[in-house]
Amino acid sequence: MDANLLSSYIFAVVVLNVLLGLMAYMTYFERKVMAAMQDRVGPNRTGPVGLLQPIADGIKLLTKEDIIPKHADRRIFLLAPLLSFVLAPVAAAVIPFGDSINVFGHEVNLYVADINVAALYFLAIGSMGVYGIILGGYASANRYSLLGGLRSAAQVISYEIILGLSLIGVFILSGSLSLVEIVSQQSETLNLGPLQLPNWFILSQPLAFVIFLIAAVAETNRAPFDLPEAETELIGGFHTEYSGFRFSFFFLAEYISMIIISLFAATIFLGGTDGPIRDGVWWLAIKAAIFLFFYIWLRTTVPRFRYDQLMGLAWKVLLPLVLINILLTGFIRLWGLGML
Amino acid sequence: MLESYAAIGMMITTAFFMGGSLLLLGWLIRPNKPNPAKEQPYESGVPDVRPPRGRYTSRFYIVALLFVIFDIEAIFLFPWAVAFDQLALYGYVQILIFIGILLFGLLYEWKKGALEWA
Repeated sequence: MDANLLSSYIFAVVVLNVLLGLMAYMTYFERKVMAAMQDRVGPNRTGPVGLLQPIADGIKLLTKEDIIPKHADRRIFLLAPLLSFVLAPVAAAVIPFGDSINVFGHEVNLYVADINVAALYFLAIGSMGVYGIILGGYASANRYSLLGGLRSAAQVISYEIILGLSLIGVFILSGSLSLVEIVSQQSETLNLGPLQLPNWFILSQPLAFVIFLIAAVAETNRAPFDLPEAETELIGGFHTEYSGFRFSFFFLAEYISMIIISLFAATIFLGGTDGPIRDGVWWLAIKAAIFLFFYIWLRTTVPRFRYDQLMGLAWKVLLPLVLINILLTGFIRLWGLGML
Repeated sequence: MLESYAAIGMMITTAFFMGGSLLLLGWLIRPNKPNPAKEQPYESGVPDVRPPRGRYTSRFYIVALLFVIFDIEAIFLFPWAVAFDQLALYGYVQILIFIGILLFGLLYEWKKGALEWA
């Protein structure tokens, strides 16, 4: 194994572990923020201000019995959570966390892979996560699980189209699918007369950004689009029959997806590691944290959509809007290049 | 380039082993006392009499069909967007016609009620 591949691999292992740690504290962060918004205290018994709560939760889930329902399709039932869990964090492979750094005299790139179809890879891996959900729902042999799995599949494939199409405008402007290239283009400065702005794609693609944000919430099955696990009608949805650590794998996958899609949105629309002073991974972290806070804020504020509203929003509102956005962006780009 | 994919492959393998070792750890320390009552599928505390994998609405199939159509559209648009500056006006007019046909199709589906859920 040569040095470059080895350093990429070591960075991949670091990313995986950091994501798992972040995910654990994301649950704590969510509970604390929701508690504050609902005028409660939140977890405060385990460790100082409840900081050991995620560890206690992990140990509890690990020591719980793993119940397999009688009619379940055992092999699929056992493998589905693992599939969700494996596919969620590997989407982070293409996200650039900054320029290369020097470790013991060796240049280490702060990304696992810079491939020329990075954005496509991200979307592909992100939508594969639905397999874990639909297989888990099917294999449970419970009608609530099955319906939750089907709903989730229909929702994710509908919003996946919106998610992919909303990015087309950005790719027209960047001329590249590589996230490293997209970030480097955004670090340039935009001169608008006396005004100096960063060349972030949120400024040139505001409509695409809003649509992307909505689709991202639906894609990760979060409130107000958390219909696959709507407690009031489907008990627990696709994970009704799951218990112990397999149950927690679905949650790990959901939270890791949230973190990664926040990182991706920050990279594509908000300039990634670009900041007003000292570019670096901290800017990416701040921007992603804003998105994550927004997720929690939405959950405490907006009531759940009805299923027909959810599908209607995707196909009747967002789809025509993204198509118009693509054509408009193309037209303005042509006009700007003087090709009309 | 191939090296990048090798790194991604290794990342997937590592994630798989991390998940597998967590499950193995759980298997070693958790209790395992199955009994028939526990293994019943959940149905609000009453015995389940209907077959668990019953029928469900055909709407899901329609959504799947729509997805295939528009996902292929998205895949066509990706290379066009990347090569936008080179293709210039010629490419733009072609995509205009392409999206126009698909928008017409979407309107037709809308009118036929394929997008209504209720």
